Amino acid sequence: MEIFTNIPCISIVLCLMSGVICSVLNWKAARIWTYTVNFLLACASFAVLIYTISTGEAFVFRMGHFSAPWGNEIRAGILEAVLAMFFSIIMLFSLLAGSKHIEADVKESKRKYYYTLVNLMMSSLLALVYTNDIFTGYVFVEINTISACGLVAIKDDGQSVVASAKYMIMSLLGSGTFLISICLLYDITGHLLMSDIKRAVGELLATGQYVEPFTMIISLMTIGLAIKSALFPFHAWLPDAHTASTISSSSILSSLVLKAYIVLLIKIFYRAIGWENILEAGINNIIFVFGIAAMIMGSVFAAAQKDVKRMVAYSSVAQIGYIFMGFGIGTTAGVIASLFHIFTHGAAKSMIFISLGGIKDVSHHSTLFKDIKGAGFRNKAAGIAFSVGAFSMIGIPLFPGFISKINYAQAAIEVGHGKMVLILVTLALSTILNCLYFFHALIDLYTPTDIDEYETLDMYGEREENPGFIKARPLYVSAICGFILLNFFIGIKCDLVLELLSKGLGMFG
Amino acid sequence: MSEIFSGLFTNYYETFAMVLFGIGFTMLFLHPNMIKKIMGLNIMDTAVYLFLAAKGYIEGRKAPIITDGDTSAMSYINPVPTGLVLTGIVVSVSVTAVMLAMTIRLYRRYHTLDIDEIFRIVRKEEH
Repeated sequence: MEIFTNIPCISIVLCLMSGVICSVLNWKAARIWTYTVNFLLACASFAVLIYTISTGEAFVFRMGHFSAPWGNEIRAGILEAVLAMFFSIIMLFSLLAGSKHIEADVKESKRKYYYTLVNLMMSSLLALVYTNDIFTGYVFVEINTISACGLVAIKDDGQSVVASAKYMIMSLLGSGTFLISICLLYDITGHLLMSDIKRAVGELLATGQYVEPFTMIISLMTIGLAIKSALFPFHAWLPDAHTASTISSSSILSSLVLKAYIVLLIKIFYRAIGWENILEAGINNIIFVFGIAAMIMGSVFAAAQKDVKRMVAYSSVAQIGYIFMGFGIGTTAGVIASLFHIFTHGAAKSMIFISLGGIKDVSHHSTLFKDIKGAGFRNKAAGIAFSVGAFSMIGIPLFPGFISKINYAQAAIEVGHGKMVLILVTLALSTILNCLYFFHALIDLYTPTDIDEYETLDMYGEREENPGFIKARPLYVSAICGFILLNFFIGIKCDLVLELLSKGLGMFG
Repeated sequence: MSEIFSGLFTNYYETFAMVLFGIGFTMLFLHPNMIKKIMGLNIMDTAVYLFLAAKGYIEGRKAPIITDGDTSAMSYINPVPTGLVLTGIVVSVSVTAVMLAMTIRLYRRYHTLDIDEIFRIVRKEEH
């Protein structure tokens, strides 16, 4: 069964290769190739998951057969395998559902490059999840940045290029900060592999050396990755980038790209620096404050928007706040709640963005509140998907968002003191705000309107035969069914997911 | 206090690298001109390479290439930071290329390099 340990490395290389291959295929072949690769990745990650569950421990794969202090390593346990599987499933569904919109939004000569970028993006996501080498992490962070900006800019209208430029500038500030922190860390510890760094850090801190530089390093690292994952107040680039891009890109950016940086951050915290050292330095309290601020401010901004897509983008800022807040609590329960929320938000937000694509088609090609009235009747699949996503984000029982909020509340009660009150109050407040803006959108979606008023054009500008309604496209509908099933699976089988996450976190450090 | 200052002067390479990093970071963050932003990005990255190269150098040792059959690690400098610098340069070149491509796109569409001006035009187009 040793052969399964090769899978993580092969997955990353396969994605990188597919990126190159897609750039020489024609776009239809590239599209099918990308679907196949993502499907294979999901299966392969499932195999890794089964293997790590059966062995009960994480395995280390040596890249290039040099062992510990010199070689480059990949390390995979349950948590990494679950994340890789989740990422490839979401990627596959987002691409399937958005394929017609990609055709409409991207010029034909550039469509194959869209799939090139998607493959490069996937390789960087997998590498960030699996790598055990901090500098490899940096390199793939940059690959991720470039491909994410490409996915925004490829729509090639003014708005998306400007949004992409803004995104790129903010991202580069983040990666510059991250790079200098890595160099300082290497300078102090003399290692690049995370497990070795942890040992060296432990020895240094035990003798009381380099305490100030060390605090500086953690702060720089946290700020760098927080800029890239759009933690309030570094979120300025997010709404533009997520609103301007084609729907597949929006859904990939919000559910996967932001999460990959958070996974890298928590991996560095656990594996390279040591969670107890983070708690000692008090960095978690700072993250906590920013998380709480993001939860409130993201929702406040979201409630003020006129455009539903922009509102949903701002809601991501609030949800990222939830995730950081959970890390800030500083207990294992808090971290597990946040890891669970990565799945919750990933599954729900990507579905909401996909549904907005369908809603846009039947609402004069706009997602403004005044235009979407009654769109839930005109495009039923999109309406249902939006409702499910919104219910999950609000936290209605049966949906994963509910479990997330319960987890946070439990973690809060466990920790006690002032943090408990603050978390519970913020959770309540944030839920009310979530209700406020999501129900606003839902009520508008299901307000009956005069259907003849909407001349429904499909994406190629041709009039639909049945005015007002859009023909159900089997691919779109089946991808949405997949999303809904995934949401219900996470919501109902939450025990299984939570057990996997807590086991995975146990073998993570 | 004097200890800190003397530390800054002894490690003048590192001090200089950090000053450069600050200049580059501020330029990338605050300068409205896209080309100058890209320059800032490069200054910032170069500062990191200077820092790494300074950290890898050990006084009085040779370049890490075995000559005269001397295989003792004690006679050579640390080769890893140099490798990191090379990797970093490749990354920074590709990012610069993407930024430049984007700048060309923006210039063709809006006929200006001033990013604030571009934001203003985009906002006007929206309304």
